[in-house]
Amino acid sequence: MSKFFTTRKGIVIVGSIIGVFASILQRLGNPKNMGICVACMERDIAGALGFHRAAVVQYMRPEIIGFVLGAFIAALLFKEYKPRGGSSPIARFILGFFAMTGSLVFLGCPWRAMLRLAGGDGNAILGILGLVVGVWIGVLFIKSGYSLGRNHKSNTFAGLLFPVTMIAFLLLLLFRPKLPTGGLFFSESGPGAQYAPVLISLSIAIIIGFLAQRTRFCTMGAFRDIILIRDTHLISGVIALIAGAFITNLVFRQFQPGITGQPIAHSNHLWNFGGMVLAGLAFALAGGCPGRQLFMSGEGDGDAAIFVLGMLAGAAFAHNFAMASAPTGPSVWGPASVIIGIIVCLGIGFGMRQTA
Amino acid sequence: MINKVDARGLSCPQPVVLTRNKMKELGRGTFEVIVDTGTSRDNISRLAEHEGWKIECKEEGDEFILTLKK
Repeated sequence: MSKFFTTRKGIVIVGSIIGVFASILQRLGNPKNMGICVACMERDIAGALGFHRAAVVQYMRPEIIGFVLGAFIAALLFKEYKPRGGSSPIARFILGFFAMTGSLVFLGCPWRAMLRLAGGDGNAILGILGLVVGVWIGVLFIKSGYSLGRNHKSNTFAGLLFPVTMIAFLLLLLFRPKLPTGGLFFSESGPGAQYAPVLISLSIAIIIGFLAQRTRFCTMGAFRDIILIRDTHLISGVIALIAGAFITNLVFRQFQPGITGQPIAHSNHLWNFGGMVLAGLAFALAGGCPGRQLFMSGEGDGDAAIFVLGMLAGAAFAHNFAMASAPTGPSVWGPASVIIGIIVCLGIGFGMRQTA
Repeated sequence: MINKVDARGLSCPQPVVLTRNKMKELGRGTFEVIVDTGTSRDNISRLAEHEGWKIECKEEGDEFILTLKK
């Protein structure tokens, strides 16, 4: 059984399950073409915690919690829980930060880019092209010796901290304590107010986290492996995800082809492309898409957890400093943030090459 | 003295890149790769299959010793 997940059949089946689940989550209440969006959902969590004040995107998304916990359970069961860390944590934090700001200029991470495509949103094509270009730049660095350095084993307890944090988030969501300062923030309108029932979202996310940990599902690695080693293993999972979501969208009548007026999307092609160049580059330099970073966090990888925290911080900045796009288009500092992010990521790429 | 690649603690995809570099350097022969995650083991196994190298995997504690032959 363990071997099955590493086969092409395994990743295709898991990819299609994820696609179908994403579409079902949309049907059950998640925002349109956002059955799953790791970046958007982490952004909503940043909002729920009060890190930003964009009132329409505040919700403690159980999908993120479930992804980590599902991967944690799989790692424990299959003896892959290996607490580790210490590989350039600040560089990873910064990469996570800009991966998020780039994603929020496009309005979606690679997961949502695929789901937007499966929902008929033509703007996703520019985003996916940007992603490919960003990953390609990352591959050039990897080929020329870029490395964030080795991690080191840490003790069992250290690896538990991130999954336990997720459990704390879950308790906050379930019990919603009322505090003089307000407690968690919940959107009353907008995407943050659209969500599937908590326990269904959580259960589906735990299953996805489990399956993705076993198959090493990665939406960035899919493109990286084609460019770097002509390996089509991971991309077959991503294509299956798009197909699974597309077919389920047809069944639920959620497929609406077009460019303008797409849900939670804008049609500024340049910055749809640019945002995802930045995100793709940052994910490639960090060694995994935002989903994969959550799954690795569940395995006890502290560096991946730092990346996730960087994404949370990036989300807060993106909304506090007018970097995140709106459906009308990029915000005031959006384009500048992409340019600065690309410069910083290029700096990390050039600066962290091992010449020995 | 057997050729060795120590890919412990390295992020994806570096273990695969180092292994592939070694394959190119040697052309044929035998070498070992040491990794410490199941992901690296799986990725290198897939690479070996793809490139026509035989691979044997031995688990030692927290680590995997992969022997590649062509």
